[in-house]
Amino acid sequence: MGATRKKISLFDILNVTGFILFSIIVLYPFWQTIVLSFSDANASSSLGVHLWPDRWIMDAYEFVFSYGNIMRAYVNTIIRTVAGTILIVTFTVLAAYPLSKKELPYRNFFTIFFLIAMFFSGGMIPDYLLIKNLGLLDNSLSLILPSAVNVFFIIIMRNYFMTIDKGIEESAIIDGANYFQILTKIIIPISKPVIATVALWAAVYHWNEWFHALVYIQDDAKTVLQIVVRDMLTAMDLSSNQAASVGGGGMSSSELLLSNVRAATVIISIGPIVLIYPFVQKYFIKGIMIGSLKG
Amino acid sequence: MQTVVQKAETKTKPKRKANTKWIEMKKMKTLYIMLAIPMVMLFIFHYIPMYGILIAFKNFSPGLGIWDSPWNNFEHFKRLFDDFLFLRALQNTVVISLLKLIIVFPAPIIFAILLNEVKNERFKKVSQSISYLPHFMSWVILSAMVIEVFSPQRGIINFFITLVGGDPINFMSDKASFIPILILTDMWKEVGWGAIIYLASIASIDPQLYEAAEMDGAGRFHKMIHVTLPSIMPMVIILFILRLGSVLNAGFDQILNLYNPLVYEVADIIDTYVYRSGLEQFQFDYATAVGLFKNVVGIILILSANAIIRRKSEHGIW
Repeated sequence: MGATRKKISLFDILNVTGFILFSIIVLYPFWQTIVLSFSDANASSSLGVHLWPDRWIMDAYEFVFSYGNIMRAYVNTIIRTVAGTILIVTFTVLAAYPLSKKELPYRNFFTIFFLIAMFFSGGMIPDYLLIKNLGLLDNSLSLILPSAVNVFFIIIMRNYFMTIDKGIEESAIIDGANYFQILTKIIIPISKPVIATVALWAAVYHWNEWFHALVYIQDDAKTVLQIVVRDMLTAMDLSSNQAASVGGGGMSSSELLLSNVRAATVIISIGPIVLIYPFVQKYFIKGIMIGSLKG
Repeated sequence: MQTVVQKAETKTKPKRKANTKWIEMKKMKTLYIMLAIPMVMLFIFHYIPMYGILIAFKNFSPGLGIWDSPWNNFEHFKRLFDDFLFLRALQNTVVISLLKLIIVFPAPIIFAILLNEVKNERFKKVSQSISYLPHFMSWVILSAMVIEVFSPQRGIINFFITLVGGDPINFMSDKASFIPILILTDMWKEVGWGAIIYLASIASIDPQLYEAAEMDGAGRFHKMIHVTLPSIMPMVIILFILRLGSVLNAGFDQILNLYNPLVYEVADIIDTYVYRSGLEQFQFDYATAVGLFKNVVGIILILSANAIIRRKSEHGIW
């Protein structure tokens, strides 16, 4: 391509500068949150570009880790993510494998049964009434059951299964294997990339999901981290300009703002995603590529 | 597999065809059992709520239940178009959505074309990885960051405003600045992610096209405009039509986490209105009617979008 000529033009300089600026703009809010989480009220009450805390203090984190509700929400989030991901992956495989068999009688009917769910849904209120009628309000199952069947993931995985060479399966059948054995012994081991992709997507979904938790869970003991952060957002809204101080009684000498505590909560909340991000991002990309192929 | 089916067929040759199918189905009963589990789940959590839509046509009382609540002769739908708050939400939805379409939609295309011009592969990779980091965060988390960036106490934007002699503005409760904030932050979250698909389709452009263009004396900009852009145009058109199909989704997660009563006038959209009237004021039946209105229009738009794409490109999206 054009790269054969190694001449660097004014355009190249502007372009690269543009991308550096863009990256800074994308990252600044993240960095600001880190700085805020290591600052106290004094350092956080003046306008300015806060690129470095006046001094690094851990008070906000101490508060977060000693405040029972936040830690419980953290544990709840982890449990929810693990259980929800296992559930989604299991159901995706269970649906995708039969649907990938062209010779399955009435396959079209079943495919349509799943596809319809992609277009039509009851909506917010009927969903809520169902959970209520099932007695699942304030039950952690309401966070993982409604999302357990994801039609989009099923289509992605089905498409992947359909590309697998039929010959391997046929010889297994001749050897007397049943479909369940074929699935667990042959299909799943050679489908690791697509399973990893779906699992990662499911994990990020559950880690980030907050709306079901907002609507279905009122009990603080069962809530998730996202809701803790959201409650701090709305608390901030109410007190508008006055920074609400939460550090108060029993904490160390320096005052904390709600903002400091919220920033610390945000950091522990996004921490796991940011840490695994560099290693797994290629799977996410792979996912979007497989997903954009025609089914 | 094929052999099993053939064996079954030869065995039952004299019998009717339906019988063959039955034998085939019996052979595959494990597959049906597998399929049944997710189907039951989908039925409970997806199809039963569709039945719940009935309350949009009823005066719903939780004591009576969905079926026994009395029908009300489309009263909720008649009320819709006299409801100032609904009409405002409808208008805001369309305005916000179209502004996002005009401003946010082209951004990943420009991003992808310009990033493609960067020669250093490492720099390219790092820029790209940074660009889609926010995509993996929820709007709850991002809102916590956005509020600090625009904060009148310590936000960087207000710092620059005071630097040039202005007074700090409380952006988040300012009607004039709220929609621009929605658009900017939406771009921040999605630009890099949206560019992935364009970058992939740029990567698959035949290098000979560029060589031919060079031979004709095309410079860099010429190649961008006359080779790169036309090559990704089919993708652009498909994504644009799809985006048009979801014009009633103006960004529920984003708005519910960023807005507050001071900016409802410009920021309240249909989804947030359904949420408040249904789950905060418990007008279950009316809120369901509002949601149903949105869903029906939305489905018509999406199906038309897919029909147009199907006609244009011979394959739809599924």
